[in-house]
Amino acid sequence: MNQFVISPSPHIHSGDSVQKNMYRVLFALIPAFLVSALFFGWDTWIVTAIAVLGCVITEYVIQVYLMKVPTTIMDGSALLTGVLLAFNLPGNLAWWIILLGAIFAIAVGKMSFGGLGSNVFNPALVGRVFLLISFPAQMTSWPRPKMFNWTDVDAGTGATPLELVKQASKEGNVDQFTDSVGMIFNMISGDVGGSLGEVSALALIVGGAYLIWKKVITWHIPVAILGTVIVFTSILYFYDPTRYVDPFFHVFSGGLMLGTIFMATDYATSPMTYKGMIIYGVGIGVITVLIRVFGSYPEGVSFAILIMNAVTPLINVYMKPQRFAQPLKTV
Amino acid sequence: MSSNLKIFTKGFFTENAVFVLLLGMCPTLGVTSSAINGLGMGLATTFVLIMSNIVISLIAALIPDKVRIPSYIVVIATFVTIVQLTMEAFVPSLFNALGLFIPLIVVNCIVLGRAEAFASKNGVFKSILDGAGMGLGFTMALTMLGALREFLGTGKMFNLPIFNEHYGMLLFILAPGAFIALGYLIAFINHLRKV
Amino acid sequence: MAKRESNLTNMVLTLLVITLISGGVLGYVYELTKEPIAKAKLAKKVVAIKGVIPEFDNDPLKDMNSLNIEDKFTIEFYPAKVGDKQVGTAVKTYSKKGYGGPVWLMVGFANDNTITDIKVLEHTETPGLGTKMATPAFIDQFKGKNPKDFKLKVKKDGGDVDAITAATISSRAFSDAVQRAYDNLEKKGGSDE
Repeated sequence: MNQFVISPSPHIHSGDSVQKNMYRVLFALIPAFLVSALFFGWDTWIVTAIAVLGCVITEYVIQVYLMKVPTTIMDGSALLTGVLLAFNLPGNLAWWIILLGAIFAIAVGKMSFGGLGSNVFNPALVGRVFLLISFPAQMTSWPRPKMFNWTDVDAGTGATPLELVKQASKEGNVDQFTDSVGMIFNMISGDVGGSLGEVSALALIVGGAYLIWKKVITWHIPVAILGTVIVFTSILYFYDPTRYVDPFFHVFSGGLMLGTIFMATDYATSPMTYKGMIIYGVGIGVITVLIRVFGSYPEGVSFAILIMNAVTPLINVYMKPQRFAQPLKTV
Repeated sequence: MSSNLKIFTKGFFTENAVFVLLLGMCPTLGVTSSAINGLGMGLATTFVLIMSNIVISLIAALIPDKVRIPSYIVVIATFVTIVQLTMEAFVPSLFNALGLFIPLIVVNCIVLGRAEAFASKNGVFKSILDGAGMGLGFTMALTMLGALREFLGTGKMFNLPIFNEHYGMLLFILAPGAFIALGYLIAFINHLRKV
Repeated sequence: MAKRESNLTNMVLTLLVITLISGGVLGYVYELTKEPIAKAKLAKKVVAIKGVIPEFDNDPLKDMNSLNIEDKFTIEFYPAKVGDKQVGTAVKTYSKKGYGGPVWLMVGFANDNTITDIKVLEHTETPGLGTKMATPAFIDQFKGKNPKDFKLKVKKDGGDVDAITAATISSRAFSDAVQRAYDNLEKKGGSDE
């Protein structure tokens, strides 16, 4: 990418490359992967393997046979899409559904737009939302975590914390969740129903801290999203605690952490300037809470990120950096 | 004669209302959840197109310029209402499936567009050819889109099961699937036109 | 022929003539299709009733009586008879607890109030999830059951109904609608005239 950008000297290469950043993100996902493997056993390995293979092979086939260009599967971006897609799926999903999601993610979400960097939407989320709408029954029956009990194939399915809250909010007794410290603890550690990667908030935060430390991502987007969610849900919570659950619950439940740290920060689909990133993050936070609280789906992070992805080009137009004033995000 | 043939065939490919001109998107995206619906909608539009083209080519000279558009719309609306009543009486199941989109034929840009751009300037015979060509081209596009969406979404084509419905990708019979399927069809047609 | 001038008289006259002709044509077509349309509409209802009660030879639409619960929500009873003997009642019922909006069902009851069959008339449930309530796989569990000893609640709520996977709310609404049909049929006194 960007090999032929014309710019005045001095030319300094920071040592940064697409490849390096992609593999750093993958490295940051390892803690979450391990926790997931701890809770879901072999399912984590199998789902991830199918998703990754599906993504990489689809990208290879399209580039070599359809576009007739040199393949870029070694840059790790297809690999990352596969892992992120797997993290968004329930562990008991049928193999052909995972494969369809992987093909759709790469073929429609990425290669249709011209490949890495040209894609408007985060490919992994395109794949996830496609599956969520196409196979709603399979995509919303989450297996219960079966820690250290991997041979138990019939651990059964259970609702995610957000689904429980949604139901309770219709009956007006959400406050039963407010004082349940155990539930928050379970959500932080990962012992709740949910998709492979969204179960452990703690492991995701560790990965996110690594990315910020290595300057792969900046703090702007995650902080904007989480801050907005906290402020917005606090207002709702103080307005009526029987219908709206407390902010902690919102922050640690569902795919918010996963989406915030690993998917909203995707280079190609997020704004370039810091100011733009803040607007983008606030937008994601607001839409997420709106969908979670007032929408018909219990979880809205993926929709929120996709919607703000669509707005990103517009944000970039209005949030151009002043020359010689504000540094660009380095890619 | 060859020019007449051209008037008829241009609606299918070079000036296809859906794939090339991108007109009439509302019924295109709205009713094509199955091949039968697409076909029904296309034929209803074709009927309105041919009839309104005939009438307008006949009366165009009599209409003062300033009330041209309202006059055309009244003519079109009359034929649309005839189609609507006839469908409701004799094919109620199709009428239920197409619902709101039948009265919306009135505002379909293709119908008024052909009246204004072609029928008002040409004779009856050519206007019939133009209406039939444009209408059948529209029908072809809607049926293709409907068949594709029905196939991917439910595993059927014209209600004939091809693969198990269990594997159907529901997205394609919902609204977003219409946009995605249409996008790929247009890309495919553009590819064909280039070669 | 030269274009006619766009003066007021011409314009008014043209529009008047065109609307008059189109009005006349439409009036004619309306008269022509009035009867078939009415028939088609009736046929739809009779088909729904036939779907839930196997055999009858009266015109249930004529014997229909209804119970208005609240504005727009009306329960309709369609007695089905063979000769003069009542063989059952089809009840058009609703539930407001649906996931996407109200759910309308036609429930067939035999004379002893066992459920003969159920048809879904209208709903706005999530495609692929709640829509499954219209499939035999879900409806068949109600057939031949008497709500007196078949608890019309999903198993999660302590009833006897197997909920649709991942669509508990739709299943609840469905059960709620059937329960409402049964309660009102009981209140009405079962097989009265």
